[in-house]
Amino acid sequence: MNFILDYYNYWIVVFLMMAGFYIVISANNLVKKIVGLNVFQTSVFMLYISMGKVSGGTAPIVVEGVTEYSNPLPHVLILTAIVVGVATTAVGLALVVRIKRAYGTVEENEFDNKDDAI
Amino acid sequence: MAEFIDLVLLAMLALTALRIIFLKDLFAVVMLFGIYSFLSALIFVNLDAVDVAFTEASVGAGISTVLMLGTLALTGRKEKKSTHSKLLPLFVVLVTGAALIYGTLDMPPFGDPNNPVHQHVAPRYIEESPKEVGLPNMVTSVLASYRGFDTLGETVVVFAALIGVFSLLGVRRKQKKDHESGLESHTVLHVVAKVIIPLVILFALYVQFHGDFGPGGGFQAGVIAAAAFILYALVFGLPKAFAVVGPKFLQWMAAFGVLLYASVGLYSMYKGGNFLDYNQLAADPIAGQHYGIIIIELGVGFTVFAVMLNIFYAFGSQAERSNVQ
Amino acid sequence: MLEQHLPALPIILPLIAAPIALLLGRSILSWGFATLVSGLAFIFSWQLLAAALSDGVLSYAVGGWAPPWGIELRVDVANAFVLLAVTAISTLVLVYSKDSIEKEVKAANHSLFYTAHLLCLAGLSGILITGDAFNLFVFLEVSSLATYALVSLASDRRCLTAAFRYLVMGTIGATFILIGVGMLYMKTGTLNMMDLAVRIDAYDSSRTINTGLAFIMVGVSIKLALFPLHMWLPPAYTHAPSAVSAFLSSTATKVAVYVMIRFIFTVFGIEHVFVDMGMGLILMVLAVVAIFKCSYMATVQSNVKTVLAYSSVAQIGYMILGLSLVSVAGLMAGMIHIFNHALMKGALFMAVGAVFYRVGSVDIKAFAGLGRKMPLTMAAFAIAGLSIIGVPLTVGFVSKWYLVTAALEQDNWIVAALVLLGSLFAVVYIGRVLEAAYFQKLPESQGSKNIKEVSWLMLAPMWVLVIANIYFGIDTSLTTEAANSAAEWLFQADSMSVSKALEGQMSDTVVQEVSS
Repeated sequence: MNFILDYYNYWIVVFLMMAGFYIVISANNLVKKIVGLNVFQTSVFMLYISMGKVSGGTAPIVVEGVTEYSNPLPHVLILTAIVVGVATTAVGLALVVRIKRAYGTVEENEFDNKDDAI
Repeated sequence: MAEFIDLVLLAMLALTALRIIFLKDLFAVVMLFGIYSFLSALIFVNLDAVDVAFTEASVGAGISTVLMLGTLALTGRKEKKSTHSKLLPLFVVLVTGAALIYGTLDMPPFGDPNNPVHQHVAPRYIEESPKEVGLPNMVTSVLASYRGFDTLGETVVVFAALIGVFSLLGVRRKQKKDHESGLESHTVLHVVAKVIIPLVILFALYVQFHGDFGPGGGFQAGVIAAAAFILYALVFGLPKAFAVVGPKFLQWMAAFGVLLYASVGLYSMYKGGNFLDYNQLAADPIAGQHYGIIIIELGVGFTVFAVMLNIFYAFGSQAERSNVQ
Repeated sequence: MLEQHLPALPIILPLIAAPIALLLGRSILSWGFATLVSGLAFIFSWQLLAAALSDGVLSYAVGGWAPPWGIELRVDVANAFVLLAVTAISTLVLVYSKDSIEKEVKAANHSLFYTAHLLCLAGLSGILITGDAFNLFVFLEVSSLATYALVSLASDRRCLTAAFRYLVMGTIGATFILIGVGMLYMKTGTLNMMDLAVRIDAYDSSRTINTGLAFIMVGVSIKLALFPLHMWLPPAYTHAPSAVSAFLSSTATKVAVYVMIRFIFTVFGIEHVFVDMGMGLILMVLAVVAIFKCSYMATVQSNVKTVLAYSSVAQIGYMILGLSLVSVAGLMAGMIHIFNHALMKGALFMAVGAVFYRVGSVDIKAFAGLGRKMPLTMAAFAIAGLSIIGVPLTVGFVSKWYLVTAALEQDNWIVAALVLLGSLFAVVYIGRVLEAAYFQKLPESQGSKNIKEVSWLMLAPMWVLVIANIYFGIDTSLTTEAANSAAEWLFQADSMSVSKALEGQMSDTVVQEVSS
């Protein structure tokens, strides 16, 4: 039982990551691919935040009388990663808009030339 | 109790992710992604990462969702049936997932204060940073000072996104006037927007300057301020928003934010320290840290605000163009 | 004052210059400015290499915070050597791009192009120099986002799908690296690479660390286009503007190869990767398959840029092959090929870009008869092509020589034979282009009469690379010395981290003593 309590969080996070990863590589629609990338990345963020948690700790902002804080470093890393993620999303979506304009479709199986398919 | 909340939220996330996989209606997919993002923000709060939660809610659930909806307006909301096999992706995912599960079996237990993560580097941030950097919010100390170089890099990534979106879409300045721009006929919305927008901007300023003491900082503030202008643009139409802050000005502001951040680093070099060594900025190291952090957070705020709003302009002007046709 | 900041300058200089290039706005101004900045970065990296050769390691604590609390920049011979190649190519490509970009990119986007180029350069330098595993991810994304922008700036619509595919694959790769770094951090509590090396050694075997290693390796393999994760590369290099293809093919994937080398040798350690995990064999098999499959693919393409792109994937195979031999000689062959391949591919893509500039097509048919119309361009293509094949007196020969020697040193006749056999494919795909250029007649048409040689601004950087191809093919002292000390240094770095673990301290004095 202890074993499960120790790890359940990581296992669910792994499931979420793989759900996102599956959407990226299986989706036919390019917008959905981008959604999948976001789900994938957000789940990886959860992995980091989970490892920063200290049971019984509080948010890493100094408060009188509190000695147990959760680890601030993973939070910093993920703040950075979130912003990187939105930057990639913006560029990806801009590409999708242009692809729609150039090809008339954003469905992977509708590109006329198979070289152009993604 | 925290574990219980965590479990419930994770279960909801899993359900959301599964729905996203099988739904073909992309509008629903994007909405579910917004929900996914908000649920993860809740998990972050539950795991003590308030700053991250704040950012995820404003960036992930806010900006990303808006951009996805903007794209859907141009590309259509139905996913067509795929012709190729799902077996290969499934296989790849199963192998990757199995590797990850294998990796978890050796992981330090969840939440244990004796984990290596909490032992080696982190104690200094928790114990010393309030004295060395002088801020109660350790996340801000680490973000802006100990790992200020990462944050500079991240500001540059945001700037690079602007370059990418601009080179792809550009912003159409001149809008045709013969169609209804924004939601001009909705009087109620106008009144509500006029009340809300100043409050949102005020809140953004609060978040910008309160980041040293509580959750917040340049990123969150920049995004919130951009949200206020996005609301303005949605209600009153892009041309009016351009008249308030134009794309050219924002482009200038985005570059200025990066330069402001970097100039702090250059100045500390000039003063004889290493790049981004804020101790050099004033006679008293704590004061130096304080100045340094305020200025770089401002730089971050400028760049993020300008880039987010400009990217919205780029997508928005595409949408208005396609509405005309 | 500059001396002290030398390790930081190649990153912060282009980083600060990028927004300024955007503000300059006018095409010609931002071009001149970007070239100047890139040239300065080249001078600094030259000084860095000299300093690294004499002092061993240069460590720079950003923000004045000592590692592992702050971010450390760490320059040794190995990354200074790769950095020199990257900044040199960047500068030459920028000189070249003025005319080329005018033809291939819309005028309104010119300053965006130079800004993105500088951002990409800053990102690549950051990846090379940083000594912090997470900081590496950040700079990886800086360079990647800039790259997506650069690729999608071409006028052909196919660049859009290529850039999208690149973006999806690249982000998956970066996210894999993020997962891997997270797992290492979870077990060790640190992000600094030297510190990681020490703390990973403390574990005999850990599933988490091994999984982290696997994810980092797969993520980096996507970035360096290791077969079979290379599918994003050929379309991206084919449809990007020519200047971008020249820049990326000779820098971006090479930097990723270096990242792999760095993680294997300085973070995980040779024993962990090759003995415990048995990755040597996997890498060797993939490298050999890459050489043959992609060299073959290169022989059947009709678009010459695609030919060169597949050839790049095959050449990356040679680098990984050298690395997988797990010897100083093998690693040295890999390092030297990183540098030499930059010289060859840079020149080849520039020559093809020049053809596109005049003829408007890079199909192999368009090359017919160009040997007469564009003699200097085609001569450059021919010499760089001979270098790819590995003809003596060119750098290609030097690379293959050291690779074959390294294989024979281990009595590995099969690998040595395969390397030579792989060169035969290069004879075919380069030969097809040369045959068209020199032995076929120019098609009779109105447009073909006006074809003439390109301007000196395009020819000069191309020929600088061609001459470098010959110079470093004859006088190999500089490259072999640098590559050799880089390889020796990497092998030492590995054994050193173990000795440091025994002492249990993080101090640079130890590092310098061992290396000097």
